[in-house]
Amino acid sequence: MSTAQQAGVTGYNFAYLDEQTKRMIRRSILKAVAIPGYQVPFGSREMPLPYGWGTGGIQVTASVIGHDDVLKVIDQGADDTTNAVSIRRFFARTAGVATTERTVDATLIQTRHRIPETPLTAGQIIVYQVPIPEPLRWLEPRETETRIMHALKEYGSMHVRFYEDIAHHGRIVTTYDYPVLVNDRYLMRPSPIPKFDNPKMHMNPALQLFGAGREKRIYAVPPFTKVKSLDFEDHPFAIESWDQGCALCGSHDSYLDEVITDDQGTRMFVCSDTDYCHDRLAETQA
Amino acid sequence: MSALSATPIDDLPVLSVRGLTKLYGTRVGCRDVDIELWPGEVLGVVGESGSGKTTLLDCLSARLTPSAGTIHYQRRDGRVVELFELSEPARRTLLRTEWGVVRQNPRDGLRLDVSAGANVGERLMAIGARHYGDIRREAVSWLGKVEIDGDRVDDRPTAFSGGMQQRLQIARNLVTNPRLVFMDEPTGGLDVSVQARLLDLIRGLVANLGLSAIIVTHDLAVARLLAHRLMVMRGGVVVETGLTDQVLDDPQHAYTQLLVSSILQV
Repeated sequence: MSTAQQAGVTGYNFAYLDEQTKRMIRRSILKAVAIPGYQVPFGSREMPLPYGWGTGGIQVTASVIGHDDVLKVIDQGADDTTNAVSIRRFFARTAGVATTERTVDATLIQTRHRIPETPLTAGQIIVYQVPIPEPLRWLEPRETETRIMHALKEYGSMHVRFYEDIAHHGRIVTTYDYPVLVNDRYLMRPSPIPKFDNPKMHMNPALQLFGAGREKRIYAVPPFTKVKSLDFEDHPFAIESWDQGCALCGSHDSYLDEVITDDQGTRMFVCSDTDYCHDRLAETQA
Repeated sequence: MSALSATPIDDLPVLSVRGLTKLYGTRVGCRDVDIELWPGEVLGVVGESGSGKTTLLDCLSARLTPSAGTIHYQRRDGRVVELFELSEPARRTLLRTEWGVVRQNPRDGLRLDVSAGANVGERLMAIGARHYGDIRREAVSWLGKVEIDGDRVDDRPTAFSGGMQQRLQIARNLVTNPRLVFMDEPTGGLDVSVQARLLDLIRGLVANLGLSAIIVTHDLAVARLLAHRLMVMRGGVVVETGLTDQVLDDPQHAYTQLLVSSILQV
């Protein structure tokens, strides 16, 4: 276990942001939860990390974190990469909260690009870092127009993208940030998670919050909300599959990363979720 | 030579416009325009550059909000609606399902970064088609109707010639079987032989599908070939209307006489 017991830094408010900012962000979060999938604008602040590294996620986390929370931060499924370690240490120092690498122990999870393999439970909050929140942006560059399209639920043209995929590749080749319809109403970008994780969002008992710092938007999927991935009737949505299991733990049910191990091109497939992989290894060795 | 064979005319106009005025500040876009367009009829709007033709078309197709006047449209189900009293979603649905707009520059009316098939299929998907095979079949069939080879279905419009782009734009608009089509200079910028084939095609489609159409053009030859009736505009005002042959062969207004006499003879 890591840095929870270390002395917090002085001179900062609890969890870095000032209380007025947190109130503002919480108001946006409440609205986002009330209208699942709807992008709520908020006054995004400068944070002590660059845009694209999770400024939106870190503000949402700072606004919902409490003294009793246990924080887990993952980056591409891993707990031990630079981004994950830095954000975890940031909150350990500015909020003095306990941190963990175990999904089951965490009450609050900030994530970049993955949803943990271990199913989330009621009471947990997962915060996604979002680079581009607007799913219609590639169709329509004008923000005024995309807002009208959302208001009128004009989402038919989204399928043009999938039509192109099938016409050129014979199947839908969109593999991450795969657009979903939330609660039969709002079209939403799930952030760049692999489409492997899309089904986990559907009817999830945890609260899912999405923060885009540069684009100044917050949206949410409340617990037990319908989340449907777009598809064609004759080309239904399907997740990735691998013809082998994880080289370390042997799992056939988790999302695998391809890792090159030497200059000869030797490669292995291992779980992207390090916590899940460690757990399975510990079980088999016990 | 007259335009198209007459189609049976129902007892209500498809489009009925009264006193349509569009002002840009104090400048006049168009003023006090009255139009009655009947089912199956093609109305040509001619006039020089800056005479208000495009402003009129943009108002009619709800892309501009007129300063005054009413536009009544008879929907497919027979109900008559006032365009600007409709709610915005209803108006946008109408535009997607019952109307088509062919722009002068096909690059304005097409999605250039996706294939021809996707361009034709987009309107189908926009009104709820969710079966890839059906959408593709329909797209290929429409490419055939506008004389584009089926094996170009996966090519992008940027790889097409100007004439092909224009035909693709027409297919993209007609795929949802609209009742009313607006065309802004459909043959502008095309060479003469391509123009001739495109005009043939439009004539055939309009006659076969029983469309009503309003075609804006500055080319009197195009107007004579396509339009049943003609409306001559100048300075935002309609100066003369009548049957196409009558207006072109026996122009009454001084400006129409000038226009007709300005045609180059080969």
